[in-house]
Amino acid sequence: MSAGTVKLKIDNIEVNVPEGTMILEAARANGVVIPTLCDVEGLTAYGGCRMCMVEIHGSPKLFASCVTPVSTGMEIVTQSDKLKEYRKMALQFILSERSHICSVCVANNSCELQKLANELGVDHVQFEREWTSFPVDSTHDFLVLDRNRCILCTRCVRVCDEIEGVHTLDLKLRGKDEQVIVDLDDQWGESTSCTSCRKCAKVCPVGAIYVEGEALSETKDKNVAKFVLSRRNR
Amino acid sequence: MKLADLQKIAEHEVDFQRAYKHRINVCCSSGCVPFGALKVLKAFEDAVKEFSVEKDCKVAKTGCVGTCSVGPAVIIEPGDYLYQSVTPERVRETVRDHIVLGLPVKDMLYHSEDFFKKQHRLVLRNAGKIDPSRIEDYIAMGGYSAIVKCLATMTPQGVIYEVTRSGLRGRGGAGFPTGQKWSLVARSHSTPKYIVANLDEGDPGVFANRTLAEADPHAILEGMLIAAYAVGAEKGYIYIRAEYPLAIQTLQKAIVQARAMTLLGDSVLETPFKFDLELRFGAGAFVAGEETAILASVEGRRAMPRPRPPYPANSGLWGKPTLIQNVETLANIPVIIQNGGEWFSKVGTTKCSGTKCFSLTGQINNPGLIEVPMGITLREVVFEIGGGIQNNRPFKAVLVGGPSGGCLPEALLDLPIDYDSLTKVGAIMGSGGIVVIDDQSCMVDTAKFFTDFCVEESCGKCVPCRAGLVKVQEIFNRITTGDGKVEDIAALDKAGNYIKEASLCGLGQTAPNPVLTTLRYFRDEYLEHIVDKKCRAGKCFRNLVKEEEVEDQ
Repeated sequence: MSAGTVKLKIDNIEVNVPEGTMILEAARANGVVIPTLCDVEGLTAYGGCRMCMVEIHGSPKLFASCVTPVSTGMEIVTQSDKLKEYRKMALQFILSERSHICSVCVANNSCELQKLANELGVDHVQFEREWTSFPVDSTHDFLVLDRNRCILCTRCVRVCDEIEGVHTLDLKLRGKDEQVIVDLDDQWGESTSCTSCRKCAKVCPVGAIYVEGEALSETKDKNVAKFVLSRRNR
Repeated sequence: MKLADLQKIAEHEVDFQRAYKHRINVCCSSGCVPFGALKVLKAFEDAVKEFSVEKDCKVAKTGCVGTCSVGPAVIIEPGDYLYQSVTPERVRETVRDHIVLGLPVKDMLYHSEDFFKKQHRLVLRNAGKIDPSRIEDYIAMGGYSAIVKCLATMTPQGVIYEVTRSGLRGRGGAGFPTGQKWSLVARSHSTPKYIVANLDEGDPGVFANRTLAEADPHAILEGMLIAAYAVGAEKGYIYIRAEYPLAIQTLQKAIVQARAMTLLGDSVLETPFKFDLELRFGAGAFVAGEETAILASVEGRRAMPRPRPPYPANSGLWGKPTLIQNVETLANIPVIIQNGGEWFSKVGTTKCSGTKCFSLTGQINNPGLIEVPMGITLREVVFEIGGGIQNNRPFKAVLVGGPSGGCLPEALLDLPIDYDSLTKVGAIMGSGGIVVIDDQSCMVDTAKFFTDFCVEESCGKCVPCRAGLVKVQEIFNRITTGDGKVEDIAALDKAGNYIKEASLCGLGQTAPNPVLTTLRYFRDEYLEHIVDKKCRAGKCFRNLVKEEEVEDQ
C-alpha cells in the first residue's frame, strides 16, 4: 500500500482510496451507489439533504457520507433497514414541506426527487402536506424560479458562486420559510449581477429553476460543475 | 504597565476599600434594573450623605447575586446581609437602621438561607461583590494575577497541562475536555490563530452568561488572555447577542480599561505576548450559538452551521486554527491557574470536575441564577436551593438543558447533575437552563412549546431539522386540538429519533429531546389527550367550540 492511501470496506467490498477522500466519493469510485440530493460533483459539499447517511461499524451514530472523510479500517454500511427507513422518511419530509405535484411540474420524469422516491419505494406520504404560496419569479428573459418546488439543496447557490463566480443567488429567512433569492431579494429580470449562464437550471435537481420553453431533459446537466472545473484546470 | 505594577494596584485598591467600614452593593444587572435598581442606587447615595456616613460607606453598583426574582437586591458588607425587593422609599430606613444603628432591617432580608447553602461559586466568584465598571475592583480581588503568573512563570505547555489536569470540560453544553481542545489548537502549525468566546445565549429563560458578563467582564477577558497565551493566538472575538445591551456596554468598558493598562494590545504587560480582542454581535438567531455558525457569523456570513470535520481547531475563522469556548468555561480558567489544576479537579465529581451555572426558573420558590458543584442531585437543586414548588403544589417534572433539554420525572430527581448522567436519561447539560414544572402544566403542551421554538429557530439547512420538526409540530397541533390518533405516538417517536440521529448540527440533534423524553416518561398524558380528549392541566383543547354549543346557537 502506497503512502497516502487508505484501505477500508464499503458494503464488504475492500477498497483503496487516497487519504482525505470523502466516503461518498470512495463509494462512487468503487461502484457503490449512495442516494444523494444536494451533492453535485465539483461543488463544495453541503451536507444538507441527509440522504447519503451511512453507518460505520462500531459507532452508534450515522454519518453523512458526503462530508465524512475515510479512515483506515472503516467498515461502512450504505444499505440497511434503518437507513432505508430514514431515507424514505427524509423524502416524505421533503415531499410534504412544499407544493410538490409531479403531474403539473416541469420536471416531471426528469426530476431527481421523483426518481429517488420511486427507487426507494416511497408510495405515499404519511404526513400532512403543506401547500406553500411563495412567489414565482419569471421576470428573467428565460430563467424561472419557482420557490414552491425548491428543496433548498443550494446547488444553484453554490454553482453560481463557485463556478460562475457571480454569487447572484443566495438564501433568505430561515427554517421552513427559507427561500432562494436573486441579488438582494430583487426580481431576477432586474438583476445586474446575473450572467444568464443557466448553470443554476442545469444543476437544479427538481423543477424550481428551469429554462422557459426548454425540455428539462435537455436542460439538466448534473455534471456541469465538474466539466467547467476540469476545463478550467487544463 | 509592568507585571509588578499590578500587585501595587491591587494593594492600593485593597487599602482604599478597607478605609470604608461598610460597603453597599446594589445589583444593577439586567434582572434588577427593571425593578428600579438605578433609583435604589441613587437613593442609597443620597441617604449616606443625609446621615453623613459617606466616609464610612461605599455605595457600589455591582452585578448579580442570583436572586433575580426579588430584585432589586442589595448586599451590605460586612456580614453579607442580603436585602430583597428594595424600594427607594425604604432605603433611608435601611441606612439609618443598618449602617447608623447597626440593626439590620429584618423584614427586608432575603427569605431563604438555603438558596446559598449548597452553591459553590467559582465562575460567579465576584458576581455581586465587585463593581464591573472598575477594573481596580477586579484586580483587588486577585484579578489578572493568573495571567501574570502565566506570563512570568509558566510556559504555554504548562498552562495547557494545568487546564488538562483540572478536568475542565466545555460549559457550552457538549462537555468536550477543554485541555484537549487547547492542545489541538496549540499543535496546529498554521497562523494566525484566533479565539472566539461564545456569549450567544439564545435559550428562552437562560441568563447565566449574560449575568457573568454583566457582573464580572474581566474574568472573561482574563480567561481569553490565558487561553490565547496557551494556544498562541493573537486575536480574539467575543460573540455576543445584540439583545444584551448592558452586557455589551459592560464588556466594551472592560476592554477599554484593559487596553489602557496594557493588559490587551501589542505587548501585554510589556512582555512580548500580544493579544487584542473585539466584540461581534449576533443577529438574533438561536442557531448562531452553534460553533461553526458563530464562525460564519464572525466572518460576516449567514450564521449557518457547517459539517465537521474540519474542526475549528484546525480550520476555523478564515480557515485558520480557532479556539471556541463558552464564556463560562473561560471564566473558570483564572481560578484554575491561581489554585492549580489538581485543586480544581477535586471540586465536583471525578469525571466532571468543577461547577456549573444554572438558570433556575419555573414554578419554584427561589428562582434565580445558581452555581453548583457537578454531581449535585436534581432534588437538592429543586427542593433545597430552589426552595420547593410554589404554593406547595405537587412536583411534576423538571426540564434540564433549555429548549432542547429533557423533561425528567420525579423518579429521576436523585440523578446527579453531570454531562454523562444527563445524556443517559435523554436530557442534556446544554445551556444550563432548569425549568421546574408543577401539576398545572401539561407535558404535551410543554413539548409542543419547545417544538414550536425549534421550528422557529431551525436555520433551514438540513432536511430533518427544517422539514421534520414542522411535521412533529403538526402532529402536536392535532393532538392538542382533539384530532390525535393513537398512531401519532409511534410517528412522533420515529420522527423524533430520525431528527436526532440525522440532523447536521447540535440544534437539530437535540431539538426532539423534549418530545422524546415526555414520550418516555409521560406517555399516559399523550394517551389521555388522544383517547379521552382530556388535558389534566387544562392547557390544551382551549379554543375548541363543542358541537353542542354550536347547535345551541
